[in-house]
Amino acid sequence: MYSEKVMDHFQHPRNVGEIENASGVGTVGNAKCGDIMRMFLDIDDETHIIRDCKFKTFGCGAAVATSSMATELVKGKTIEEALQVTNKAVMEALDGLPPVKVHCSLLAEEAIHAALWDYAEKHGIRIEGLKKPKNDISEGEEEEDY
Amino acid sequence: MNKLIYLDNAATTKTAPEVVEAMLPYFSEYYGNASTIYDFAGKSKEAIIHAREQIASLLGANKEEIYFTAGGTESDNWALKTTFEAYKAKGNHIITTKIEHHAILHTCEYLEKERGARITYLNVDKNGLIDLDELKAAITPETILISVMFANNEIGTIEPIREIGQIAKENGILFHTDAVQAYGQVPINVDECHIDMLSSSGHKLNGPKGIGFLYIRKGVKIRSFIHGGAQERKRRAGTENVPGIVGYGAAAERAGASMKERTDKEILIRDHMIKRILEEIPFSRLNGDPVKRLPNNINVSLEFIEGESMLLMLDNYGICASSGSACTSGSLDPSHVLMAIGLPHEVAHGSLRMTLSEETTMEEADFVVDRLKDIVANLRSMSPLYEDFMKKQNQ
Repeated sequence: MYSEKVMDHFQHPRNVGEIENASGVGTVGNAKCGDIMRMFLDIDDETHIIRDCKFKTFGCGAAVATSSMATELVKGKTIEEALQVTNKAVMEALDGLPPVKVHCSLLAEEAIHAALWDYAEKHGIRIEGLKKPKNDISEGEEEEDY
Repeated sequence: MNKLIYLDNAATTKTAPEVVEAMLPYFSEYYGNASTIYDFAGKSKEAIIHAREQIASLLGANKEEIYFTAGGTESDNWALKTTFEAYKAKGNHIITTKIEHHAILHTCEYLEKERGARITYLNVDKNGLIDLDELKAAITPETILISVMFANNEIGTIEPIREIGQIAKENGILFHTDAVQAYGQVPINVDECHIDMLSSSGHKLNGPKGIGFLYIRKGVKIRSFIHGGAQERKRRAGTENVPGIVGYGAAAERAGASMKERTDKEILIRDHMIKRILEEIPFSRLNGDPVKRLPNNINVSLEFIEGESMLLMLDNYGICASSGSACTSGSLDPSHVLMAIGLPHEVAHGSLRMTLSEETTMEEADFVVDRLKDIVANLRSMSPLYEDFMKKQNQ
C-alpha cells in the first residue's frame, strides 16, 4: 500500500517532539477525520532561517510520514524557501502516496504554513505569499469534492 | 521475520487441512455436474446432500431448507430483496439495525432509494444491543421483515435473537438474521429462535471462500434471486460449487464438534487479553458487551492514537489485526458500528479489533499485549491530542 520511503518515515519518523518556546507553532486537522498535525518552528529572527522543526501527529501512517518528511524539507531553509515546500513536493519526496492519502500531504503543507503564520503574528510581520491557514483542512477538501 | 500471529479471524479464517482434504476429490476425480443423470455424477449429488445435512444439523433445520449461495453477501441480498418483492402486497416496511454489515445496510439503502421500501434502522445501546421495546414500537401493519444480525462483526455483541424471533412470530413478521459471524461459533437453533431466514459464509469457520448458504424456513415464499437452471430446488440457479459445498459441510461438522472446547479456550484467552489491556494500558476501553460477546472477539479503543498507525506497527511484529478507523475504511468517517454505540470520533479512530482462532495461544496473547503496550506508548508520545490532554491534567 505504501512506498518504502513512506514506511521508513512512518517507522523512523524524523524530528518528532516539541520545541520549547518555539518561534511558531501551528496545529491543523481535526480529530473527527482522524488527523491532527502540530508543527514547531525555531526561526532565526535575523536571517529568517528555520534552524529547527519538530512535529507531533495524531493520524495514520501517511500522516506521520508526511509530517516527518515536511520537517526534513523545511529544516535549514529560509521562510521564503519553506513556503515553496508544497504538498506535491512532500509527496514526491516520499515516492508518492495512495490517492486516499493525498489529503495527508495537504495537511503537512498546511501545518508548516500555520506555524509560519503564528511566527508572523507573534512578530508583527507580514510574510509575502502566506495566507491565513485554514484550521480545518477537511472543510476545504470536502468543498473541492463537489 | 517474526512468526505470523493471525488475529483477524472475523475477516477470514484459515481453511482447515481436513476441509481441504475433503474437497480435493471433487476437483479432478468426482468432477461430474450434479444436474446430469449418468452414474458418474452420482458422487457429486451424494456429496451435496451430505454437506446439506452436515450444515442443517448445526441449526436444527431440515436439509431441504439449506440453499447454497456464493457467500454471506449474496445470502443477505437474496433474503432482503426477494422478501421485499414477494411480500409487497402486505407492505413495504423493513426493520433492521444501525450496526448491520454493509451487505444488509447497502441493500436496504438500495431498496429505499430504488424500490420504495421504508426502512427503520434500530438504535443500539453503548454495548451494541438493540432495545426490544424500540423494536416492538417500530412494527406497523406494513412491516414485512425484521433483519437483525446474530452477532456483530466488529464489536462481537450477540443480539437477543430468541426474543426478537418471538416478537416477529407474535406479529406475523418474517425474521432474517445475518449469522455470518455466529454460525459455528455459538449454538443456534432456528426453531427455538423463530428464525425464518439465516445467512452464513463458509470462510468464517475454516471453510473455503466463495461459498455460503441461506437457510429458508419451509413456507417462506421468497423466489429466486439468481435466475437460470433448476439447481437448489429451482431457487438458486447455477452449477453447484461441489468442492466448496463439500468443504463447507466438512467445516460445519468440524465447527460443531469442536465448538464447546474451542470456544471455552478462546473465551479464556479473550478475557485474559481484555483484562490485561484495560488494566495495563491507560485510557483504554472495551467496545461491545463484556458477556454477550462472540468467544473470539476483542475490540478496544486506545485513546489519543489512530488505528491505522497501530495496525502498521503491529504488522511489523507479524501481528494481523483490524481497526474501525476512517483510514482503514477509505473514507473520512470511522466505523458506523462504533458511531452507533456512541463513541466520539477520535475514540472510534483509535479502535483495534483482534479476533482469535482455535490456534491462538496464551503465549501469543501475552506477546501481542506486550507489543501493543509499547506501540501505544510510542504513538502517544507523538500525539498532539495526548500532549494537550496531559497538559490539561497537569493544570
